[in-house]
Amino acid sequence: MGHGHDHDEDHSELEPMEVRVRALETLLTEKGYIDQAALDELIDTYQNRVGPRNGAQVVARAWVDPEFAAWLREDATAAMDSLGFGGRQGEHMVAVEQTNETHNLVVCTLCSCYPWSVLGLPPTWYKAAPYRSRAVRDPRGVLREFGVTLPGDVDVRVWDSTAEVRYLVIPQRPIGTDDWSEERLAELVTRDSMIGVGLPLAPEAVTEGASA
Amino acid sequence: MSSPYVSRADLGGTTGHGPIAYEREGVVFHHDWEARALALTLAAGPPGGWNIDISRSARETLPNYLDLTYYAIWTAALEHLVVDHGLVTRAEFEAGHASGPGDPSRRVLRAEAVPAVLAAGGPTSREPRAPNRFEIGDRVRTRADHVDHHTRLPAYVSGQIGVVERVHGVHVFPDTNARGLGEQPQWLYTVVFDATDLWDEAAPGQRVSVDAWDSYLETAT
Repeated sequence: MGHGHDHDEDHSELEPMEVRVRALETLLTEKGYIDQAALDELIDTYQNRVGPRNGAQVVARAWVDPEFAAWLREDATAAMDSLGFGGRQGEHMVAVEQTNETHNLVVCTLCSCYPWSVLGLPPTWYKAAPYRSRAVRDPRGVLREFGVTLPGDVDVRVWDSTAEVRYLVIPQRPIGTDDWSEERLAELVTRDSMIGVGLPLAPEAVTEGASA
Repeated sequence: MSSPYVSRADLGGTTGHGPIAYEREGVVFHHDWEARALALTLAAGPPGGWNIDISRSARETLPNYLDLTYYAIWTAALEHLVVDHGLVTRAEFEAGHASGPGDPSRRVLRAEAVPAVLAAGGPTSREPRAPNRFEIGDRVRTRADHVDHHTRLPAYVSGQIGVVERVHGVHVFPDTNARGLGEQPQWLYTVVFDATDLWDEAAPGQRVSVDAWDSYLETAT
């Protein structure tokens, strides 16, 4: 899997799409329905401020604080709100924990439901047909495609987000991190591990002082 | 009668879509127009007055849904919504310019309101008016009939038996909300299915859940 942001159709649709979006923006602005500064603010929010580092803080807190982990199980929406992560596309949160017995995986087969408040906007592959079609039917195959091979005795549990409930996967804390700070632990938590298509980074991936 | 309602977005379990095109963490937009399309869609909601279910319905019924990239889907749906909900006339849309001022009574999202609007979000939970019909552990069968409108019951679990695992309270019902028939809130449950019940080739030890509204379900006998 390469880092491919070249979709086949991009080349043919780039020009017309730019024109169409600009035309809509111009028209709605002329009507007085759009504040250009609001568009910039929205883009800046999801480009730069709301993303998977939010979720990583939630996971790291759960790893170091059993009371917070219990709160996440009981009322994930309130627990995440307490860290300042709530609102749009995070109104009704459920946290699901990876265990030695069960591996959780989140998908939205019907559209692109994703916990924006803690993970930001969904990656393109999450919104595209290959992942949405196969995650529910062949999750082990999908996981292999992401480089994750599960032991045969681990069950797979797929959560299809068909309503306004949003799911965040809480990965297992990597072994060998007992004396790590919460801040450093958060660096091990990848976006993919919070969707369930990946695992946290190994401790040696984060070097001492990298969080400074 | 209008033509039958067809969603082209109900992809769970379908085949032939090829490999997953991975993207690393940190890639948000590929082109400026994608960012503008996202922002325009979010900002057009308040003056347009539509809801999330109407938006989803507009997207999933696009005839060329499967041929479009995601923000192209959003843009095409928004083009329909702005005309259907009277933000612009068809003539204005085709001309690309306003022939007159907008309606000042419509709400406009101002930059300074963006943080508060995003923080508030759009909760769909509502006060229960009756107790929940199903309890955790109940065996339920999902609706088998096709419905001729937007719905959130995926085809791959249609007519299948599962077990209620979570009770989420009462939530706005997309099937009516998407058609302008009001919120008509219903109890919402997580229903979990054994994958071997859904697909012949599925191995044991694999389960799938959906979130299903009360009227999608009946007691399994």
